[in-house]
Amino acid sequence: MTREELISLVATLVPDMKPGANKQYPEVIVTAAQLHELAIALKKTPETTLDYLFCETAVDRKDGFHMIYYVSSSVLHHSLMIRVVIPDKLNPVIPTVSDVWRAAEFYEREIFDLFGIKFENHPNLKRIFLDDDWVGYPLRKDYKDTFTIER
Amino acid sequence: MGIEIKSMAYEDFNDNEALEELQKSGSGVFMSSLESLMNWGRSNSVWPLTFATSCCGIEMMATGGSRHDFARFGIEVYRASPRQADVIVVAGTIVRKMAPVLKRLYDQMADPKYVIAMGACAVSGGPFYYNSYSVIRGVDQVIPVDVYIPGCPPRPEALLYGVMQLQRKIKARSSTKEVMPEPIQKQKETVEPVMPISESAPSTQATPPQTPAP
Repeated sequence: MTREELISLVATLVPDMKPGANKQYPEVIVTAAQLHELAIALKKTPETTLDYLFCETAVDRKDGFHMIYYVSSSVLHHSLMIRVVIPDKLNPVIPTVSDVWRAAEFYEREIFDLFGIKFENHPNLKRIFLDDDWVGYPLRKDYKDTFTIER
Repeated sequence: MGIEIKSMAYEDFNDNEALEELQKSGSGVFMSSLESLMNWGRSNSVWPLTFATSCCGIEMMATGGSRHDFARFGIEVYRASPRQADVIVVAGTIVRKMAPVLKRLYDQMADPKYVIAMGACAVSGGPFYYNSYSVIRGVDQVIPVDVYIPGCPPRPEALLYGVMQLQRKIKARSSTKEVMPEPIQKQKETVEPVMPISESAPSTQATPPQTPAP
């Protein structure tokens, strides 16, 4: 399925989605409330069959945290990028997709550890990399500690 | 000109003066032949610990492989246990989570033990993630370092050179200095005490003859 077909198909599933500007993968921007339903639909719909989450990450931007999901289809060999903006930077919460794509379980633990984004309904949301007594979220832009040198 | 390493010329080392100064201050006049023998043995049988945290470890493996083969110089066999190792080649980045592990490995090694900081990460924290929340800026903040080898990663030749510098440092080291800080002033004529090395020697003169009580 081509880029335009994929984006227009997502538009039938989520009418108020916005197309993104990513050059490499077709990108759609949805809200956090639509994410989980869209994830199930993209996996189940035979035209998409996006069954493989190959990257999930987060970005700290001025307008909030951006959650980025890269999914691809092992059957139809096309890929899609889903972006979700979480405007609340103090207490960012987003529903998990680990029940749809199992790989998200560790990705979301990592994002929780380094960005402090909480994932609703995650089966095992605890630290994966940092020490248990670590204070702060190191990949946030406002992160400060006594170790890092200020520039 | 006292420190010799086989198969490398004296002029090929860059800081001979510093090492000779170390030898002078370290051993004083009490550089016994026993000590030089021990240092000769130690410097030609330095066993490294199997320890590598990132890409410098690949170069270390290449140095141990057949092309560069640092067993030629007595850096013989990688030990999997710190209790059998003499030198720990810190090959790679040390993060804050790894630092206590490295400290424990160093503490578990038996004396005399040596540390080589290999590569930019181990020397100073690395060229890329120097100012990171997790990276220790130089392994010398955790354990004492004998030889620094810069490079990212260093060539096997550089590691060989650093290992040879460590060998020269071992040769210049005085094991009696910790025991006797002030060297005993002796007359030139007295024979330096040589401990019996073979099993045959130590029989009679060590123990005074016990005269049986009548």
